[in-house]
Amino acid sequence: MWQTLYDELKDKNFMVVAVAEESRGADHARPWIEQAQASGKSSYWQLVDTDHRLEDLYNLVNVPQAIWIDEQGRIVRPPETAGSTDHFRRMDLKTKTMTPEDQAERLAARQAYLEAVRAWVNTGKHALPADAARAALPKITPEIAEARARFRLGVWLRTNGRIAEGDRELAAASRLHPDSWSLWRQAADLAEVGKASGPDFWARVQALGDRPYYPPPKL
Amino acid sequence: MTIVLTPAGDFDVKVRDGLWMTDAEAERVTGWALKPEGMCRAELCVPMPASAVRGCEVDVEAFWTKLGGPVATSEARDVWVLGAPAQERNAALEGLQAPDFTLPDIDGTPRSLSQLRGKKVFLATWASW
Repeated sequence: MWQTLYDELKDKNFMVVAVAEESRGADHARPWIEQAQASGKSSYWQLVDTDHRLEDLYNLVNVPQAIWIDEQGRIVRPPETAGSTDHFRRMDLKTKTMTPEDQAERLAARQAYLEAVRAWVNTGKHALPADAARAALPKITPEIAEARARFRLGVWLRTNGRIAEGDRELAAASRLHPDSWSLWRQAADLAEVGKASGPDFWARVQALGDRPYYPPPKL
Repeated sequence: MTIVLTPAGDFDVKVRDGLWMTDAEAERVTGWALKPEGMCRAELCVPMPASAVRGCEVDVEAFWTKLGGPVATSEARDVWVLGAPAQERNAALEGLQAPDFTLPDIDGTPRSLSQLRGKKVFLATWASW
C-alpha cells in the first residue's frame, strides 16, 4: 500500500516505516511483506513487532494507524487512521462485497489521505502546530497501561507453550482496554487464524452502533 | 531464575519471595538505584516504605507499584511484566518528541527510529489479521 508513496517521495528526505503488529512473528508476516516489496525496486522499512511495543509507546488501538514525524523527530500528526474507512461495515456479509458507490467513496478517501501525505512532504502542509498536536493525543489511562502489561505477559506465555494461561492474560488485557481492536483481534488470531474477522468480530463491530471503527483523520 | 520483562528488555533475575532482589539486580532490571533517599534515577528519587527494603534487598514489585507502573505475573510467579507507568507514557507523548524504538526487519536486522533523524517519517502499522 505504501510502496507507491515511498517510490514517489524517497528523494525528498522521506521514509516510510511500516510496522507489522504480528505476535505470530516474522514468518507469519513474510508473505505480505514480500508481496509489498516485489512491486518496488528499493524499499522502505518493513518491521515486525511481536509484542505490539509500538502500540504501547504511541497508544495505538487499531491498524492501520499512522504517526507523522518531522526531520527533528517531532510528532506533527498524532496517531490517526491511515487511509481506511468504515465503508466495510455496510458490505454484504454473504458476498463480502461493497456497493459501487461505497467502493468509490472508500477509494476516494484513501487517495485523499495519500494526497495529504504528499502535500506534507512537499510543502509541510497538514503538520499540526505543537498545541494542536498535543490536544489530539489520546490519553493513556492506568487501565490501558495494565492492559499492555497483561498483553505482553499473555504473548510471552503463549510463545512458551502456556496457551491456556496466556489466553487468560490476553482476555484480561482486552477487558481492561476494550477500545483496542488490536489487542482483541491479535488474541483472536492467536487462538485461530481467521477468527479476527469472524462472527465475533462482526458482533463487536455491530455493537459500536454510531461510533466509528476507523475514525476519519481530521485533515 | 525468574524472567522479568520491562520496557527496557527481557531479564533473567535471581529473586525470592515474589520480586525481592539485590539492589544491584534491581538497578540492572529497572534502571533505578537504591540509595538512602529511596530508589533513584538521575536526580529523581522515589522514597521507599520501610517494608520494601531489607538491607541491600529491594521489593521491586512494591517499588514499581509506587512508581505507578502496572505489574503482571504468571500463576507460578516465574514470569513478571513491569509495564510503563501511564503518566510516563503520556508525558513522553505530550513532549511531542517521537518515542524511539528498535524493531527487527523481516531478516532480523534491528532498525531504530532515531536512525532516520533528518527525514520526514511516515510511521504506519498494519497486520495480517
